[in-house]
Order: sequence, then structure tokens, then C-alpha cells
Amino acid sequence: MEHKPQPYWNPYVSGVGLGLVLLAAFVVMGRGLGASGAFASTITATLGTVAPDHVANNPAFAEYLKEGTSPLKDWLVFEVLGVFVGGFLSGMLAHRVTKTVEKGPHITTRNRLIFAFIGGALMGIGAKLARGCTSGQALTGGALLNAGSWAFMIMVFAGAYGFAYFMRRQWQ
Amino acid sequence: MMAPFFKFGLFGDNIGLVVAFLVGIGFGFFLERAGFNSARKLAAQFYFTDLTVFKVMFTAIITAMLGVYWLSVLGVMDLSLVYLTPTFLAPQIVGGLVLGMGFVVGGYCPGTACVGVATGRIDALVLFVGIFAGIYGMGELYPLISGFYNSTSFGQLTLPQVTGLPYGLLVFAVVLMALAGFAGAEWIEKRMATRKAEG
Repeated sequence: MEHKPQPYWNPYVSGVGLGLVLLAAFVVMGRGLGASGAFASTITATLGTVAPDHVANNPAFAEYLKEGTSPLKDWLVFEVLGVFVGGFLSGMLAHRVTKTVEKGPHITTRNRLIFAFIGGALMGIGAKLARGCTSGQALTGGALLNAGSWAFMIMVFAGAYGFAYFMRRQWQ
Repeated sequence: MMAPFFKFGLFGDNIGLVVAFLVGIGFGFFLERAGFNSARKLAAQFYFTDLTVFKVMFTAIITAMLGVYWLSVLGVMDLSLVYLTPTFLAPQIVGGLVLGMGFVVGGYCPGTACVGVATGRIDALVLFVGIFAGIYGMGELYPLISGFYNSTSFGQLTLPQVTGLPYGLLVFAVVLMALAGFAGAEWIEKRMATRKAEG
């Protein structure tokens, strides 16, 4: 039986929910949310099986190594696995799980996917430089009044708004 | 004083991973509820047609900020034990700019890409692979950029320390700013909707 996708929740309700999850992480663990760190741990773990010396000699990879255990036995890795499960659960309950490509009407699927890859790569570069992404820096650091996080957050909006004009064909 | 529970030794690393998984489920659930599995909805933020990103983000920030502030004022939580990412001003400014560009080019950020993948978005999956490429590339280039990466280091630095203003006053200011922002966002969305209707 086909179900129509349900509308999304009111943004302020979702926002309070998200804020309470973040607060729970602070209270229970003493740390906030994140995402990009899990990508880095996965890279270190994968690369470590092929070229362990290469990983050990490069601080950018080596900082994710764990003594006596896999880099994947990490807080952010488990948290991100949960994000997949939680996102899937919510999507299933609201009939919003669909195999599709998100794009505006004026761009081909191929070009949209090329932009998605470039966007992802830029995101990886930015997150590495900034030591976190929208989750770990903007959201978590924002709530903790972290100076570097606020500088980062303002620049994320500046970068996105500044570049939006050049991307308008993709979305509008 | 008993929070953060983990820092007071109420449980160990393995239970911590279970907590991580549960926290992640909550995180992913609310991201999807907000509509952040859709790149079109996320990108609309930057064309002023749908300001959900701003509204959700700042509602979450003030909720968690007020929570930790009051728990620490009431003596339930030791805020100094909560991990604070150290400030490296220049790389964080440049990183933010690059990530922001990536956001409007790709349509997702790393966390929302995971939710997009979980709900079947092919573009999110491609972006997901792109993030690996970007982080891996930066890792390989690290010897060349380590100077910049480690520059302008201020250690753990909070806005109260930078401004010399009391923590509570800044909390209040951020709440006021967010509320003004919400009012502005609602006004802009209405205006954009009328403009669109008028063609």
C-alpha cells in the first residue's frame, strides 16, 4: 500500500528536540554531537589496514588511532551509526524514504551528482581545517559559547550566502 | 554536582559507545523530522525561500545552551568538564568559508548527508563519498598545510572570556538575538511567498 509522505514537523519543535538530544549528550557524556570526525576515523581505520606506516607517520591520520583497539571503536563513529538508524526510523514512520535525487528543475541528474561530489569534497576540506562541521562546531560549540565555533558558524553562512548566486541554477 | 555522568565515572567507555549510538538515533530522528534529509529544503535557506535551517539550528542552540547554563548555575553540572574544541581562529574562519560554499554546492552538511543517505537520497550518497575524498585529500596534504592548520591557536576559548562579559548575560543576548532572528525569518518567508505568488 502506498502512503503519502507526511509533512515535516514545525521547525521550532524539531529544534527543541534536537537541542534536548544535544543537552543529553552534554549531561551524560560531557561532549556534544558531531559527524565529520567519524569520517576521519573511518579513513584512518581503512588506510591503516593497507598502509599502517603511512598512517602512523602522518599526524592528520594518526590522531584518530587508538591504542590497542580499532579507530572505529570511537564515540563519534557509534553516534553517526545511530544517526543513520534514527534518520531511517523517522523517515519510515513518515513515509519519506524514497530513492530519489534532490535537485531543482533546471539541472540534469548527472550534473547534480557532480556538484554533490564537489560539495562533499569542499565540506571535507572545510571540516578538516575547522576541526569540525555544522554538528561538532556550529551546533555543539554554538551552545557552549565557544569562540572559534561562533567564528566558524558566521563564516559558514557567509560562504553559503556568498556562493549561492553561482549555484542558483541547481536549486531554483 | 554529578554531571557530566561519564566524567564522574558513573560508567565506562563501552557503555559510552551505547550512549553514543542512542544519542545518534535521537540526532538523526530530529534531523529527519525537520526535513534535513532533503537537499532542496536545506539549500532553500540560502535563497531566503525556506529558513528552516536557521530556525532549527538556533532553536537547538538556545535549548542546549539554556540547559547547560541553568544546570551549571544550579550546581548540578560542572561545565568546565564539557569538552570544548580548541580555537584556531584563522583555519576555522577559512574552514567555515569553504564548508559554507560546499553546503550550497552540495546541498547537505556531513550530518544531514547521513540522514539523506538513510532516506534514499542518491545525491546525499555521492556527497557522502565526496566528504571522504575531501578529508582524505587534506590528510595527504597535511605536511604542506600543518603550519596554517596549527596557526592562531588560542586553546579553549569562550565568548565570555573574549568579551569579558558574564556568561549569563551572553546567554541572554544569544536568546534575544535568536528570537529577533526567528521573527525576521518568519517575515522574510512571508514576503518571499507573496513575491512568488505575484510572479
